[in-house]
Amino acid sequence: MYERIREKLGILADAAKYDVSCASSGSNRKNENKGIGDAEGAGICHTYTEDGRCVSLLKILLTNHCIYDCAFCVSRRSNDIRRAAFTVEEVVELTMNFYRRNYIEGLFLSSGIFKNADYTMERLVRIVKKLRQDERFNGYIHLKTIPGASDELLREAGMYADRMSINLEMPTERGLKLLAPEKSHSEVEKPLKYIQNNITQFESEKALIKSVPKFVPAGQSTQIVVGATTESDKEILYTANAFYRNFSLKRVYYSGYIPISYDSRLPVIGSQPPLIRENRLYQADWLMRFYGFKVQEILDDLHPNLEIDVDPKLGWALRNLDRFPVDINTADYHMILRVPGIGVGSALKIVQARRFNRLHENHLRKLGIAFRKARHFIRYADSPMQLKEYEAGHIKNLILSEGKSKYQSNPDNQLSLF
Amino acid sequence: MELYIFDGSLEGLLTAVFECYTRKSKIIKLVGQAHYVPDVFDAGFHVVSDREKGERVWKGLCAKLGKEWQLRFYQAYLSERPEAFQHLLNFARYVIDRPAGASENYAHPDVLAISQTARQVHREKHRMEAFVRFQKTGDGIYYAHIEPDFDVLPLVSEHFENRYADQRWIIYDLKRKYGLYYDLEKTEEIELGAAPQLSVVNALPAGLLDPKEELYTLLWQDYFKTTNISARKNTRLHVRHVPRRYWKYLSEKQR
Ligand code: SF4
Repeated sequence: MYERIREKLGILADAAKYDVSCASSGSNRKNENKGIGDAEGAGICHTYTEDGRCVSLLKILLTNHCIYDCAFCVSRRSNDIRRAAFTVEEVVELTMNFYRRNYIEGLFLSSGIFKNADYTMERLVRIVKKLRQDERFNGYIHLKTIPGASDELLREAGMYADRMSINLEMPTERGLKLLAPEKSHSEVEKPLKYIQNNITQFESEKALIKSVPKFVPAGQSTQIVVGATTESDKEILYTANAFYRNFSLKRVYYSGYIPISYDSRLPVIGSQPPLIRENRLYQADWLMRFYGFKVQEILDDLHPNLEIDVDPKLGWALRNLDRFPVDINTADYHMILRVPGIGVGSALKIVQARRFNRLHENHLRKLGIAFRKARHFIRYADSPMQLKEYEAGHIKNLILSEGKSKYQSNPDNQLSLF
Repeated sequence: MELYIFDGSLEGLLTAVFECYTRKSKIIKLVGQAHYVPDVFDAGFHVVSDREKGERVWKGLCAKLGKEWQLRFYQAYLSERPEAFQHLLNFARYVIDRPAGASENYAHPDVLAISQTARQVHREKHRMEAFVRFQKTGDGIYYAHIEPDFDVLPLVSEHFENRYADQRWIIYDLKRKYGLYYDLEKTEEIELGAAPQLSVVNALPAGLLDPKEELYTLLWQDYFKTTNISARKNTRLHVRHVPRRYWKYLSEKQR
């Protein structure tokens, strides 16, 4: 008995791990029924895998049987692997027992498609319904939408899930058609639109009636696989940007492709996943969401790809030296935010602290900015006299030579955000 | 400079602030009883903790500080660091002597030190919310123990009460020898006569545990292993997020 459940968990967690979305925040589900769990506020990472990713949800597939054959997916029909499927009760029990021991924030449930879309979706809905109603579970639930499922089932799922998502997979229709001829971007857009409309409708009803139930309170997200096909960073980010705008997504995840197939259309097994590129895309995504950058400022036809040696914020600054230096003591907040080496937190502290003192170098260092990087782009109370203006290439070299350890000798390819 | 010695309690610290004003002391060096080494030349002034004086100071501070800074003050205190006590005293006097808003002056050394210490304490509180691993006992109580660097139990009780409202639980601080017990109604501080002797996977002797406990520990360890993507292995990043000093309390790190 023990062995069977351990085996299933092994197979179905292994197959689910390539979905990189992990957030468990952004919901507003409180424990108000003296039940169990609380999904309000920021999520918690209960541990980290040895590859450094946050473990916050029990991320599993209901089954890895699938009638489709998408080349980039381990569960594809033509793959010769062991198959398994959980029962509804098994998923509920695992979730509750992991949650009660404080291992997880909730459940991330996805599935291969067995029989047909509705048959699969219906089971997913049964699980979430049981968790919410029978177990009085208020933890976080992220439910993967099954492409092609009916509107009624989507709507029912939305009554219980905190977040829903459906993956774009390849950044363009052309890329997707190459690897998954049975799929299309439009079949992702349809459920995203449907859920989005329902979210808006529930919101507007909430303004009138207080007791409207929650509907996907943490919104929707999607995932784009990077490096399986040949799209440029520009194509990836412009697609992400369009989806942020058209479907009010909460997050777009970028997943560096890890070769799992001998299919000749895909990178060969054993090639390194493009981790630096993935990290650059996340940095660029942050610039769009938190730093007020337009996607066109980050990439255009002249610069279709993000640079590997500098982060996108520094790259932008070097291309726009005429906007600098920025005077820390007078510039407006949004421009301070654009200085390489200054994050949202320190930008806020700067505008608060300068009400009391004119800020000097030692203040700035203490406020936690990356001073060695920022100093090329700012003026402050005791700035040294600048004899000549450096040009971009020179500044870049200075920064790179000072930050050597961070940008070059980095065997594990993981960089921090800015 | 005058030397003040206090008993290490928050009430004592606030009383010390009060005494600065009554005794018109200018520059104070504040030390906790535990760290005080008697000095032949400087007997020092022994602060006698006084509820009423402490409360008056706290009220005065609250009038000048927003909710966020009140919390930071408390968090910095829970760091149990001798230098934090000094900063708290200086900070309190600085804030009381000035119009409201002075606490936003991050260029001031005490303001900065407290905001940084508070952040460290906050981070550790957050880590404890993440890293507590309950084990279900035979009587259905979920038990976990921790050894945090700072005294964060008072900061985490609300979190666990909200989350685990329908199960009884104990979180025990082995280092400070006290814990929290939630009995479905309220949370109380408790001391265990003999703190259970612990190996970690079975924090409690197997006989005290629910028969299914072993299975869930195993499943969790399995899950931790299978969800890793070895092509992305990155030990440095892993250790940055899960500092080694916490490993012995994490069941997933026991294999
Ligand atoms: S439909 Fe989903 S599970 Fe099935 S092969 Fe395609 S990506 Fe994989």
